[in-house]
Amino acid sequence: MTFADIIKFVETKAAGKSSIIEGKEVILVSPDNWVEISTLLKNESKLDFDYLMCISSYDKGDNKTYGAAYNLFSTTINHYLEVRVETEDGTAIPSVTSLWQAADWHEREAFDMMGLQFEGHPNLKRILLSEDWDGYPLRKDYKEPDYYRGMPVPKDKTYWD
Amino acid sequence: MEEQAIAKSVLETGEMVLNMGPQHPSTHGVLRLKIHTDGEIVSKIEPVIGYLHRCFEKHCEYLSYEQIVPFTDRCDYLASMHMDHAFSIAVEKLLDVELPERVEYIRVIIAELQRIASHLVALGTFGLDVGAITPFTWAIRDRERILDLFEALCGARLLYNYIWPGGVSHDLPPKFVERTLDFLDYFDPQIDEFNNLLSTNKIFIERTGDVGVLPPDVGINFGVTGPSLRGSGVNWDLRKNEPYSIYDKFDFDVPLGEGTMGTIGDTWDRYYVRVLEMRESAKIIRQACAQLPDGDVHEAIPKKIRPAVGEVYGRYESARGDVGFYIISNGKNIPLRVKMRSPAFCNLSVLSEIAEGWMISDVIAILGSLDIVLGEIDR
Repeated sequence: MTFADIIKFVETKAAGKSSIIEGKEVILVSPDNWVEISTLLKNESKLDFDYLMCISSYDKGDNKTYGAAYNLFSTTINHYLEVRVETEDGTAIPSVTSLWQAADWHEREAFDMMGLQFEGHPNLKRILLSEDWDGYPLRKDYKEPDYYRGMPVPKDKTYWD
Repeated sequence: MEEQAIAKSVLETGEMVLNMGPQHPSTHGVLRLKIHTDGEIVSKIEPVIGYLHRCFEKHCEYLSYEQIVPFTDRCDYLASMHMDHAFSIAVEKLLDVELPERVEYIRVIIAELQRIASHLVALGTFGLDVGAITPFTWAIRDRERILDLFEALCGARLLYNYIWPGGVSHDLPPKFVERTLDFLDYFDPQIDEFNNLLSTNKIFIERTGDVGVLPPDVGINFGVTGPSLRGSGVNWDLRKNEPYSIYDKFDFDVPLGEGTMGTIGDTWDRYYVRVLEMRESAKIIRQACAQLPDGDVHEAIPKKIRPAVGEVYGRYESARGDVGFYIISNGKNIPLRVKMRSPAFCNLSVLSEIAEGWMISDVIAILGSLDIVLGEIDR
């Protein structure tokens, strides 16, 4: 199905639960509706998004809005959809681990790097960084620590630019 | 009675946690596996990753698009060309550049050579994991000839910085096509030798046939891609299903696991799909070499990369599976966010699911057949 067909179908099944980001082929869903929409996308046989490719976390840059972009694909029908879920002030996003097992590690990574909270995740802990790390490095307001376990962190960036 | 009580307290049964790694020859890098076992039977595996984390995504937020290419090289160090190609394709999608035909053909030739080189390492080290030493030396000997070709091409043997957004860094050196075809003529019979030595070896089949079966629906649900998924009989190859670059111009097959030595999707199938893929890659290279057009490879390289505000998700079939680059641009020469979908990251997450109920020695074989590269998992 094309993007327009997918939107039309989602609207008939769950009216008003999602919106389209202007000028883009992307659906925006609020965390409250994400459980319903994700179940629809996965289990509805006409959509059948069985393959969750990627979850990318992003920072909007205003110190409170963070989001996750879900890239979905259907290996049976061969169509593609990008869904974004944005959250403000640290509200948790419902986890989709029960639908796509692939989400397990991707959500852990989004938590590790961007500090997104996923409600209902079976094992939400850091995956790439060590467990005693402070802060979430991919946030725009992240400050590198001066010391890590008593060792000074080198900060000379003269030749970076 | 007393003896029995003592024996019971000494021989208390329970779950044992066995640590494999971080420094272990069979984990293909710095990977730690916490294996929960009942006797010698595995009940659960918790992979602990991140030992090789190099902040790739954070670095990208400080570097211009051109400067990121050497970093993508270092993600998957066994298939650097694929990473460069994947990143370049994503940036080109963002910029909407039209590439000269010659660049596309060169890229395809290089990418398929790289696929053969990467699969040779995968197959050789897999043999090494299950106790076969000689196939490793044979595989590395043949890979060396591909690395020689790459050295003539761009001066580097492992980390090339060759494929740039908009083009490639150098045109092909003199006699490159002849040397490539010479290599393929030499290499085709080598695959048969390799099959005689390892693929149809009785001991090897005993170790891998019917072991660690990955059902296709579980594979898709976990996001497993590449040869590991095709071993389960799922006909899924981006080069065929969603042809990028110019893959739609070539005639090649997608090898699938058929359960020749046991069940479809077992460790042997995942191994053998890679052997067959090397033949298909050779087929593509021959066609591309025959059709290679003339042209200027630097023509389309932008002077300055400044994409418009927006985002893109670029997909690419690398030697390990489906690589994705999610790039958000805010109109500057430095990206706002780069997220890399690492295929080996998803492939590794299925390990616990398929290794459950097998022996510890089988875990080594199953892990080897997933062909992970820790540089790419940890980024």
